[in-house]
Amino acid sequence: MIHLKNGLPDGKYPTYSRGEKAALFIPCYIDQFFPQIAEAVAAILKKLGIPVVFPEGQTCCGQPAFNSGYWEEAARVVRHFCDVFRPYQYIVCPSGSCTAMCRVFFEQVDPDDRIVSVGRRVFELSEFLVNIVGVADLGARFPHKVTMHSGCHGRRELGILDQPLTLLQNVKDLVYCELPNIEECCGFGGTFSVKMPGTSIAMGETKAANILQSGADVVTSLDISCLMHVGGILRRNPQMRHIRPMHIAEILVQR
Amino acid sequence: MTSPGLHLSGAPFLRKENKGLAEPRGPRALCESAERSSKQNRQVCLSVPYWEQWREEAHAVKRFSILNLDKLLVEFERNATARGAVVLWAKDAEEANRHVLDIVERHRVKTVVKSKSMVTEEMELNHVLAAVGVRALETDLGEYLVQLAGQRPTHIVTPALHLSAEDVGRLFAEKLQEPYTSEHEKLTDIARRHLREEYLRADMGISGANCALADTGSICIVENEGNAGLSISAPPVHVAVMGIEKVIPSIRYLPLFLNLLARSGTGQKLTTYTHIVHGATPGRTFYIIILDNGRSDILRDPASRSSLYCIRCGACLNTCPVYRRTGGWAYGWVYPGPIGAIITPHLVGMKDAGKLPFASSLCGACGEVCPVKIDIPHQLVHLRHKAVNCPSPVRSPLERLIWTAWSWAMEGPLRYRLAMSTVRLGVRLAKFLPWHPAQLGAWTRGRELPEVPAYTFRAWWRRRGQEFAGDNGKSGIATSSPKKEEVSA
Ligand code: SF4
Repeated sequence: MIHLKNGLPDGKYPTYSRGEKAALFIPCYIDQFFPQIAEAVAAILKKLGIPVVFPEGQTCCGQPAFNSGYWEEAARVVRHFCDVFRPYQYIVCPSGSCTAMCRVFFEQVDPDDRIVSVGRRVFELSEFLVNIVGVADLGARFPHKVTMHSGCHGRRELGILDQPLTLLQNVKDLVYCELPNIEECCGFGGTFSVKMPGTSIAMGETKAANILQSGADVVTSLDISCLMHVGGILRRNPQMRHIRPMHIAEILVQR
Repeated sequence: MTSPGLHLSGAPFLRKENKGLAEPRGPRALCESAERSSKQNRQVCLSVPYWEQWREEAHAVKRFSILNLDKLLVEFERNATARGAVVLWAKDAEEANRHVLDIVERHRVKTVVKSKSMVTEEMELNHVLAAVGVRALETDLGEYLVQLAGQRPTHIVTPALHLSAEDVGRLFAEKLQEPYTSEHEKLTDIARRHLREEYLRADMGISGANCALADTGSICIVENEGNAGLSISAPPVHVAVMGIEKVIPSIRYLPLFLNLLARSGTGQKLTTYTHIVHGATPGRTFYIIILDNGRSDILRDPASRSSLYCIRCGACLNTCPVYRRTGGWAYGWVYPGPIGAIITPHLVGMKDAGKLPFASSLCGACGEVCPVKIDIPHQLVHLRHKAVNCPSPVRSPLERLIWTAWSWAMEGPLRYRLAMSTVRLGVRLAKFLPWHPAQLGAWTRGRELPEVPAYTFRAWWRRRGQEFAGDNGKSGIATSSPKKEEVSA
């Protein structure tokens, strides 16, 4: 298997034509703990005139089991995912990590074309906006100092880095603060965060220190899972407590 | 496994009584040096405009070599023998050690000088030699320090990465009765003075090999200190030990690998010394031991095969956030860091090393820097899958049960809602618990739990979804859920 940078077989994104539907895939932790992110995604798409559907049968992409080695268990969930999303051409997901699971790793769980082809139609929000719909300016305004944590799966498996930066650049009154060592992992890593908590927290503390050093008062990311971990550390620390973690969609809907 | 003094069972990641992964904190010196080299080396690599092409090319050459190992090794043996080398084959560490002991006996060897070789660490060769009264002295500065301190290497390129200059000064004062100093140059001088005499006294030199060239029958050894050159040329007998994966088809490809190795390993354009040993020189004896020691097991597993492409540059260690924080000993065997996590389970078996692939956040930094483009992060997940399905310390009926229940719950929206309500309730209640059990405690040890909102997105969508359907459709709610029967809730 040749592993191309964005996880698509020919490296090319499809082109969106007006009126085509976008199906939301909202990862379980967003659905349950951060509903405002999903609302923001729906609002962004609506503003662009993109019809949005939310297939209610959806649950999870199977990543937790897959990364833990339980591929057979993951496969059952992946098949369910594909049954739910098969009718849709564009599946939009506000997480780099879950998108990577669908687009890159479904193949390893079940190489059946009926599975792989669905996985390859899943796009992370920022790449859907920039590479597929072709918008860079969403008319947002957010007068704050913002830095961005770049989640590892989105960047290394899907090659996503410029897209969110472009979107942020076009937000009015937003001051972007460079994050030192942006390429470094925050230490979340799914079950890693509780399997090796000591190392995971140590990594998160380094990330938190870098965020503080950036001078930002908001830290954003494509992945709220990373921010849940880093944010949990920020909140523990009196010098860092003022820094607010926000998913990029939450910034892009601000007026 | 046949390795005599396998120190795995005592290693922090692997300790049997440890249900989870134990996490030692490596010394600060290691963390800082690894980070520094990683950044510097990366810059040197990326300053080459065709770096990515080099990686592709090296990957292709290695792939070809590994797929044609059978032919290339035989060709190498033929050409090396024609140049006067004696080629010996070893299935495992024990057999390789027997070859060395035979040579020791034949040439009445009393003292040995060694230049850096990871493969002899696999064999625990120093102990084997000590057991028959032969003194083996490490001559690579880092290895020398580690040996002097009675420790094991923490890194495959810079074995004493964990020692600061102050540590070394204290070590020399204690073991060599030298006046304490922490100046790099003075320290190097002390080591040089003590080592110099040893080369001339030694009866035999032992080295590894960075590359074996099939078409010329020669081996290549790179180094920066000059110690390898002395070790392989001063004594009358030279024994080179190499893994079967070291062979490449032709000397024509050597420059490519020298370029990649020096830049990724130490941030140099080329190492200070590059030795190409073309057979035995007159009056000297030259042995080459070719060792398998579990490598053909890797060859058998197509998803792991590319881990044999490794040129042991150490870049994946330096960049790895887990390695930086735990240090090399945590990995329990010769090869630490990401490369260790993917080859040790094969080389010593899942039963002993099944936890290693879990010692990673799967961030993928290793795969990004690897000069021969080994897909390390993907192999880690592949090995996790293997580890939970075969006799290994991570195979657990209870965990299996939990994941089976999880997958059942994720197979339908009603079950999902039921399961998720339980999780939400748990997180809400956790605030009031004086003590957090197991995984929950592992989270809250250093992090706050997220706030639980009053509603879920799907509940919100049921009320508001219509507004997002756009002007072409009736309802944004797609109720076409899959055929599966819902039994719960
Ligand atoms: S796996 Fe790659 S990066 Fe790691 S030591 Fe081997 S060649 Fe170097």
